[in-house]
Amino acid sequence: LIYCYRKPKTKRAKRFLEKREPKLKENTKNAMLIKGGNANLTVTEVLKDIYAVKKPFAVLYKKKNITRPFEDQTSLEFFSKKSDCSLFLFGSHNKKRPNNLIIGRMFDYHVLDMIELGVEKFVSLKDVKNSKCPEGTKPMLIFAGDTFDVNEEYRRLKSLLIDFFRGPSVPSIRLAGLEYVLHFTALDGKIYMRSYKVLLKKSGCKIPRIELEEMGPSLDLVMRRTHLASDDLYKLSLKQPKALKPKKKKNISHDVFGTTYGRIHMQKQDLSKLQTRKMKGLKKRPAEKSAEDDGARPKRSKSD
Amino acid sequence: VTVEKELELEFDLGNLLALDRNPPAAAGLRGAAPGREAKLRALARDNTQLLVAQLWELPAERAGGAGGPLVARLPEPAFRLPREKPPPRPRPPTRWEQFARLKGIRRRKRTSLVWDEEAKEWRRRWGYRRAGGDPARAWLAEVPEGADPEEDQFARLRREKRERVARNELNRLRNLARAHRAGTAIPAAPLHPTGHQSREELSHVARVARVSTASLGRFQPRLPKEPAEPPSRNASKKRRFEPLLGNLAAERSRQLELLRDMGSKKPVLDITRAVNKQLRQEEAEAAAAKGKKQSQRGKRGRRQ
Repeated sequence: LIYCYRKPKTKRAKRFLEKREPKLKENTKNAMLIKGGNANLTVTEVLKDIYAVKKPFAVLYKKKNITRPFEDQTSLEFFSKKSDCSLFLFGSHNKKRPNNLIIGRMFDYHVLDMIELGVEKFVSLKDVKNSKCPEGTKPMLIFAGDTFDVNEEYRRLKSLLIDFFRGPSVPSIRLAGLEYVLHFTALDGKIYMRSYKVLLKKSGCKIPRIELEEMGPSLDLVMRRTHLASDDLYKLSLKQPKALKPKKKKNISHDVFGTTYGRIHMQKQDLSKLQTRKMKGLKKRPAEKSAEDDGARPKRSKSD
Repeated sequence: VTVEKELELEFDLGNLLALDRNPPAAAGLRGAAPGREAKLRALARDNTQLLVAQLWELPAERAGGAGGPLVARLPEPAFRLPREKPPPRPRPPTRWEQFARLKGIRRRKRTSLVWDEEAKEWRRRWGYRRAGGDPARAWLAEVPEGADPEEDQFARLRREKRERVARNELNRLRNLARAHRAGTAIPAAPLHPTGHQSREELSHVARVARVSTASLGRFQPRLPKEPAEPPSRNASKKRRFEPLLGNLAAERSRQLELLRDMGSKKPVLDITRAVNKQLRQEEAEAAAAKGKKQSQRGKRGRRQ
């Protein structure tokens, strides 16, 4: 806000700008869901379902935008700047790339990573006739398959998907409210995304038994083109400011048994002036005190 | 409730994330669609069970008293995700801040309300209905000692206020410029981060890099496809001479050409080109004068 050449004239404008400026601890990332010039029904349904999952941290654009993200990123960057969204999902459809979804993220309003995925099969929220969980639930994310670690592109895709579906960062969570789980499996060049509603059943011990109920959008994706950021740009975006590092408390150590020890550093003490227990019997009586003073007084010079 | 897995899952409880490195059972999953769904759901159930078991291990407490829901404290998210915007740069101190630090002046916390004697109530320090009355309605302005008795005091007060506001704004912009200069002390303009650099940007950066040597690029060899140095503006300041004993053939051809030009009957000045140039110049001057006259006439017309 200090860098504004035009100072905001109202408190509301000031709050608006403060929300958008770079901060130590960032806001939750917003996602923008955009339709391309020729988006078909499948792709539109996918965008609407993802919007339902990601509400309120998503913006669904109603109109079609005729752009090609892989060729020209300026319009995406413009949208990102205007709506302060750092994640995007762009859907389009043509003969060469049917049911195309481009998922990507931004750093400093410039495109960082973009991955193009093709939707082979899609089951929408409406088609599955089970009960749904409330809007804004923080989902549990599970990635299965060793491809997500071995392949570099799949690793970035995993990071992108975590970023996308993570939701706000919370310090504590209600254990009964863990209702939604998104499960991604990578197998044979395909990525299966399934969403389930979690039912916690009683079991013998403290930990409940999990039963899953199919819910929500399920997608079969295949990876097409990618546009990944260079290594140094990615490293730059990962850099966290030093102020966020948790401060280590010094002079505290723990025992094997769990006892906490603390260390206090003291200054040198004058032992003659130590406050010990008062012995009332040894206290100087007024008569003795005046005798001492008389003895001490001759030292003073006699003044008239 | 217990699940057996070959490889342990990796958990990031801050993000409610679980990563399963086991290669999925390919045989079951490659089959027909319903069988695949069942197998995926079983895999998801196992993974979710493990994740929920981990979450139930976390220290939990009852939020909102004894009857409230069981809430678990989540640790910090461990999975490193790129930031949305670069971390905020520490801005350099303004001139006042430097002075205050030097003198040891600290900020005094002021009360938001001030006692107003005339209105006999607490009024705000500045703004709507401030203590001390509305400055625009001040009906008395004392003539200070040593001032001109004919001077308009109200005009003087207004002028001084305008000057103070202007000086404040000037200082703010100066501080801003200083901060901006300190922040972007890079000689070459930064390249577009995503790899879509334009040709001009690349050539500019290459040129700056070549000139950044101790001898200002005089002995830098050119890159394979780089064109030769175009004549710069400063080239006319220093005259360059050919070496005395060099290319004998070139010297010979130059002297012969000179003799040929001196001996030929063709005039040195090309009359047609000179005349055309003069005509074009006159036309341009006429057009500029006509444009100026039209705008002047328009202004005069509008002022009425």
